[in-house]
This record gives sequence, structure tokens and C-alpha cells, in this order.
Amino acid sequence: MTLMLRDISRTFTTEKGETIEALSRISLEVRDQEFICILGPSGCGKTTILRIIAGLESATSGTISINGTTITQPSPQMAMIFQEYSLYPWRNVQDNVTLGLELRGMKKAEREERAKNYLELMGLKGFERSFPYELSGGMRQRVAVARALAIDPSILLMDEPFGALDAQTRNRMQHELLHIWQKTKKTILFVTHSVDEAVFLADRIVVLTRRPGTIREIVTVPGERPRERTGEPFVRIRRHLLDMINEESGAVQ
Amino acid sequence: MTRRLGLVLPLLLIFGWEAAAIIINNPFYLPRLESVIPVLLNPFSTDFTLGTGSLVDNALVSIERVTIGFGIAAAVAIPLGIGMGRSSRINDFFDTTIEMLRPVPPLAWVPLALAWFKLGIASIVFIIFIGSVFPILLNTIDGVRSVKKTWIEVGTTLGASERQVLSCIIVPGAAPTIWTGLRVGFGIAWMCVVAAEILPGPTSGLGYLIMYAYNQGQMNVIVAGMITIGLIGLAIDILFKIVERRFFSWRGLDR
Repeated sequence: MTLMLRDISRTFTTEKGETIEALSRISLEVRDQEFICILGPSGCGKTTILRIIAGLESATSGTISINGTTITQPSPQMAMIFQEYSLYPWRNVQDNVTLGLELRGMKKAEREERAKNYLELMGLKGFERSFPYELSGGMRQRVAVARALAIDPSILLMDEPFGALDAQTRNRMQHELLHIWQKTKKTILFVTHSVDEAVFLADRIVVLTRRPGTIREIVTVPGERPRERTGEPFVRIRRHLLDMINEESGAVQ
Repeated sequence: MTRRLGLVLPLLLIFGWEAAAIIINNPFYLPRLESVIPVLLNPFSTDFTLGTGSLVDNALVSIERVTIGFGIAAAVAIPLGIGMGRSSRINDFFDTTIEMLRPVPPLAWVPLALAWFKLGIASIVFIIFIGSVFPILLNTIDGVRSVKKTWIEVGTTLGASERQVLSCIIVPGAAPTIWTGLRVGFGIAWMCVVAAEILPGPTSGLGYLIMYAYNQGQMNVIVAGMITIGLIGLAIDILFKIVERRFFSWRGLDR
């Protein structure tokens, strides 16, 4: 499964009639089972890239293709995980996870059977009948991941999925995500503004410039996982990334 | 404890009423408790409601009318509200007209209702419709607009069609607010049916019964009728609340 972004640009028109260029000529080839993090200063359009890939917004120009086939609307090969508030509060955990299957017309018994594996994988066993408001932030994101996995996409699009969690939960979720990635062999595109998170997770980190977002550099992170967050050469890579982000944010060193 | 506290004022009112009735000592101003209670305790009897149906007969007629008028109002207001909540074009098309019609009290429609539908159930149903359609409509619009954008986007990325987005996300997401609209709408519908029945024309219904009793000088029947109107309204509101607690409690708990 290869995902290709070719010359993706996106302009917005504000109410005053001004044209704002959010993304400019983004080209990227994502390899099968690769873990890519998209990193950039706030407002650089990193979420917009993900939304365009997911089919929630359209690019002003450029094409997106999966295995050579251009896609223009939400593809069943992809599932998106949002930062928060994405669970349906009137559905219990199981019914949230099986929604994608329900929408495809799968029978109740069959979809619950299929959801079982993913609930187990995400450590949600025993919580099938719980409602979202009964769960902690970390548990809720587990449900969101299980729901995305349940439709068996080859690509997971994750938009700062751990951004609203406390540091400890966030670390644990990162570990779990790597485990799931290795087990399910998905391709992951992960948007974050955390350098630490990107270095811990990614095979390659796509660093964006400030608006209009373009690719400034693609940094390959070497090394087996799980990585030692404070070890060499990650400190060096982190330093390099931080320098770029600070520069793009216009921060004074 | 709160429940018990809620009973204090009704009891005081009953005592105050009885005391006042004894002092006034004129059943044409204020009937005494012991003349009202038998009417309420024999709701199937026509002994008290001289020459017209029993309390229960009249209550059933009123409930039937209100159900029809309210049902039509819901059938119109919910789809229209979903359309207006979803599409700004539909909203722009209807909004001005609705905001202009909404302040007109339901009873101001009575002359037109009589001209169009003549005396009979149709004009009463029409008044009830006018009374209950706006709260249901406005709450439906609000409910649809309160559906989080992320909920819809999740559905879209999971492959939901337009219809599935509507049936699996928008309608259940808006349901608690729509239910509030139905509850408010039914309360108004119940007031409208009694008001419409008091007007000349109908020969049955709780509103008719209390007007009829007035003409007969039967103050105890009037008060019994009023208590019945209040109790039925209360009972229906409790039913609405039970359903709300059972199915829509997530709204208050959602974070």
C-alpha cells in the first residue's frame, strides 16, 4: 500500500475576500507499513494535510493516490482518529467500535465478533457496555483507535490523537500505539506538534515550514523500537528538529 | 426529602382553600373540598356532570384531540427542523416567515380556524398544532446544530452515506434536544386544547365540561375539572421526563 501526495496545495478565501495559502506543493511518498509523523509549528497546515488525505477537505490542486489510483473522497482503506470528542456519547463502547461495520451493513453478531479482537487488543475487554462519559481520556482514545481498526484500513490517519492527554497517559499510549502498529502492520500518518513524540514514534518525520506549509525537511529516525527517549542519537535529532521548529515559529533562541 | 417538601405547599393550599370556603360560605364563589372530592372519586359517573359525559369521557376526548394536533405538529416540525438545522438555504427560506408567525398567540388563530374548518375537531386540532409546532421546530433546529462536527466527520471517514449520517449521527445526536421540544410542545398543546374547548362549538372535552358546569352553576365540577386538567398535564410531563432519563441522560454527562 503506497500513498502518494503529489503537489498538494490548498488556498482559503477569508470572508474579507483575502486569499490565504495554507499549503503549497506538498509531495510525499508514504511506503507500506511506514510510520510517518508530520511535525510543524501551529497554523502550518499539518492537520489540513491529513483532512485532505481523509477526504474531508479537497485540495486546491494536486493529487492523492493509493497504489497509483487517484482518490477524491473518503476511502475505505483509511480511517482517521481525531484529537478528542469523537466518540458518540449515546453509544456504548462496543457500539462505538462497531459503527463502521454497521454502516457497511454487517450483521450485529458478526460485527460484534469482529470488534472483540480490537477491543481486546486495545485493552477494552470488560468495558464493552460502558459509555464514553464513564471513561478517562486515555480510554476514550483507545476506543477511537479500536473503532478505526475495526474497519480494517491499511492506513491510519491520526490528528494529534494524544494531544489532550496528560503526559503519563500520553507516554503509555505511544508505547501501545507502536505495539499495535507492529502487530497490525498498518501504515500510519501521525500529526503532532511534539518533537519528543515524533522522535519516539516515527520512521520518518516530515517537518513543515510556517504558512504556507511546505516540506522543509524529511528526517529519518534510525534505530529499533522501543527507543530510549534520552539516548543517542535521539538527543541529536531532537535538537535538530527543535532548531527547525523554533525557527519556523519565529522564536528567538 | 425534596419530594416531601414538594407536598407541603399543595397541602397548605388545600387547607387554605377549605378555610376560605368555610368563611365565604357560598358554593357559587368557592366550593368546599367535600363537594369537589366526590366528583374526583367517581370519575366514570355522570351524576355530577348533569347531561354531559363523565369526567373520564371528557378527559379522553381532550387527550385524543391533543394527540392528533400534537402528532401533526411533530410530524411537520421535526423534518422541517432537521432541514433548517442542516442547510442554511432551507433555514434562510423559512426563518423570516416562522419568526413572524411564532409570536401570534394560538388563540388569535381561532376566528380563522373557525372560518376554515368550521366548528368541530378540525379547528381544535389546528389550534393545538399552532401552539405546539414552534417549540418543537426551534428545539429541533437547535438540536441539529448542536451535533458536533467531529461526530459527522468520523461517520464520513468510516464510510457513512448522507442518509446514514442523518439517521445514525444527526438524529440520535439531536434527539435529547428534540425531546425537550416535544415536552414543551405537549405542555402548550394541552393548554391549547382546554382553551379551544372553552370556546363556543365543542360539545365534549375537559374545557367544554368546565364551561358547561359554569352555566349549570356547578362550581365543584369546575374545580374538579381544573384539578383533572392539572393532574393529566403533570402525568404526561412525568412520562416525558422518564423517557428523557432513560434514553437521553448522556447529554448531561457528556464531556
